[in-house]
Amino acid sequence: MIARTLTIARKELLHIVRDRRTLAVMFFLPVMQLFLMGYAATTDIEHLRTAVLDADRTPQSRELIEAYRASNYFDIVGYVENEETLARMVDDGEVRAGLLIPTGYGEDVAAGRTADVAFVIDGSDPNVANTVYAASQQVGQAQGIRFIERRLGVKAEDMPGVEVHPRVWYNPAMKSANFMIPGLIAMVLFTLTIMLTALAIVREREQGTIEQLMVTPIRPIELIVGKVIPYVFVAFFDVLEVLAIGVFWFGVPIHGSLSLLLLLAALFLMTSLGIGIFVSSVANTQQEAMLVVWLMLLPSIFLAGFFFPIEAMPGFLQALSYLVPLRYMLVIIRGIILKGVGLEVLATQVVALVIFGAVIMVFAATRFRKRLE
Amino acid sequence: MTFDGLRQAPSVKRQASNVTWGSSTVNDYAVEVFNLIKKFGDFTAVNGVTFNIRRGEIFGFLGPNGAGKTTTIRMLLGLLRPTGGQATVLGYDIVHQAEEIRKHIGYMSQRFSLYQDLTVSENLDFYGRTYGVRGGRLQERKRFVIEMAGLQGRERELTRNLSGGWKQRLALGAAILHEPEMLFLDEPTAGVDPISRRAFWDLLYRLAEDGTTIFVTTHYMDEAEHCQDLAFIHNGRIIAQGSPEEIKLHKMQGQVLEIDCTQPDVAITVLRQMGLFDEVALYGALIHVVAEGIAEHKPSIAQALAEVGVQVRAMDIIAPSLEDVFIANVRNNAD
Repeated sequence: MIARTLTIARKELLHIVRDRRTLAVMFFLPVMQLFLMGYAATTDIEHLRTAVLDADRTPQSRELIEAYRASNYFDIVGYVENEETLARMVDDGEVRAGLLIPTGYGEDVAAGRTADVAFVIDGSDPNVANTVYAASQQVGQAQGIRFIERRLGVKAEDMPGVEVHPRVWYNPAMKSANFMIPGLIAMVLFTLTIMLTALAIVREREQGTIEQLMVTPIRPIELIVGKVIPYVFVAFFDVLEVLAIGVFWFGVPIHGSLSLLLLLAALFLMTSLGIGIFVSSVANTQQEAMLVVWLMLLPSIFLAGFFFPIEAMPGFLQALSYLVPLRYMLVIIRGIILKGVGLEVLATQVVALVIFGAVIMVFAATRFRKRLE
Repeated sequence: MTFDGLRQAPSVKRQASNVTWGSSTVNDYAVEVFNLIKKFGDFTAVNGVTFNIRRGEIFGFLGPNGAGKTTTIRMLLGLLRPTGGQATVLGYDIVHQAEEIRKHIGYMSQRFSLYQDLTVSENLDFYGRTYGVRGGRLQERKRFVIEMAGLQGRERELTRNLSGGWKQRLALGAAILHEPEMLFLDEPTAGVDPISRRAFWDLLYRLAEDGTTIFVTTHYMDEAEHCQDLAFIHNGRIIAQGSPEEIKLHKMQGQVLEIDCTQPDVAITVLRQMGLFDEVALYGALIHVVAEGIAEHKPSIAQALAEVGVQVRAMDIIAPSLEDVFIANVRNNAD
């Protein structure tokens, strides 16, 4: 029994080693995704390209521009003469924001009146616009407080008021990478194992070798386990790979227990391997398998809260998300890495994964056997 | 044919017979099939076939594509559950003891089913190990198979780079690595060149001489002549069975007249219009005409052909080929 299973596993390993393209996909795709998520899919806003229309040209207006620049949120990349030019630059995407200082700004400031400026924001991406909106106001308010201090000859700290000291837990620097990379580990485990197991089994069907295998003394269970073993190792290698790059390159801290993380990753593998086996029992060709995998993956990724928080979804989608196993793994992995929590907090998720894993595995294995007959 | 085997308990495991051709007894059957039926929905693929295969013989299962050959094999191997009937392979029941059957048989499916991205040696290692052949015995058997298939020096070549004939002999090698008592070959020579086919049949003879029972399906009639026993299957029914000689002797109604003439296409039309014959068919450039008492028709045929300007070079009554018999039986069966 074990000998035959290992015979299958050994053969599968040969397939993997022979197929350079799949090999590359297995080991570089996660790395590529990691760098994409780490850098490109960031919602951290800094150095936003900004144009300035300074119609005032007074020391006061220059002081305001300098305040924006110094905030680090905005890079002043150009000065324009009129609103049309500014509008064109925003249209072209040359700049994402524009500061408009009207004539009389310096005069108003000097006279102690409220001075008005306008701030144009490219709102195409609401996430970016929100941050920019807040930053633009923040800089303006800070400048206002400076005026008051000067006029009254006092320091703001000496004045009555409420000062809020926000404490951002788990990810104090609010780096998107810290949020994205743990999620990506769960994603890699999920997508890669589903795809690889499904394709590996369907390939045998497509090439007709599965029939040859079925007349050997190999049992269906030995076939499934044997075929899946190499991919379990590939999946774990990928997890460690992504984790290592996350920690050493992106500086993601691991607050919780690494061994608990790996243990629960193994538990999660039950589910994704099961789905992979299920797909292989549905599809006749590798193309069909890919299609089915994509049909299952996309909703999973969105409903699980990989990109967008589940709390922000409409009620029925939230309810639906309970049926997506990836959801629980995301909570687990973010919990362990970012919050450093253990089983006592994650118990619900772990139980959910145990149930999903067992049900899907049994269902897939039964279907797989049926399909062979 | 009788079905004496039914009286034996299916679980009785019998020894591989080393008897040579012709000397095996009626009770010594490797395969016993009784009224086997397979339906797929409304379609009946195999419609109550009954046949026996003696140990150590080459049994040919003939029929056109879609006749039910592969379905029958798949049932015998336990890959398909029969809708009705009974069968044993090597004494094991095909429904309840499929696992036992698989340990003792080798199978070559219609499609080449070794791994193209593995080397010759790796494929043999893999199939050997699945049957529990390992260590020194595996090395010994691999040497034997590689030598048999003429693959010396190609052990490390990727299977996809082998030509058709080699691939086919390698597939046979993989199927016999574990020294099975019986071999099932489903259209093993389809799409292989004539020289490789010849070499392949030589291998089958060698295996049969060593006592392996061979069940082979084919639609090549010349190959059927190589078998000791034959069954013709058509539309899921066996329409003739016996040795090639028996079949040609007893299963043919009428005699075959072979005509060698000019303009065979014209001649065939004329002969069919005469409406006197059971069968008029073209075999290469020759025409075969089948009818009871065909000799009497020779003058009228000659005359009819002469009238349309066809010159007859030769016209002789010949022994029917298996193909003649097959076509005749298919027609009778359809009536």
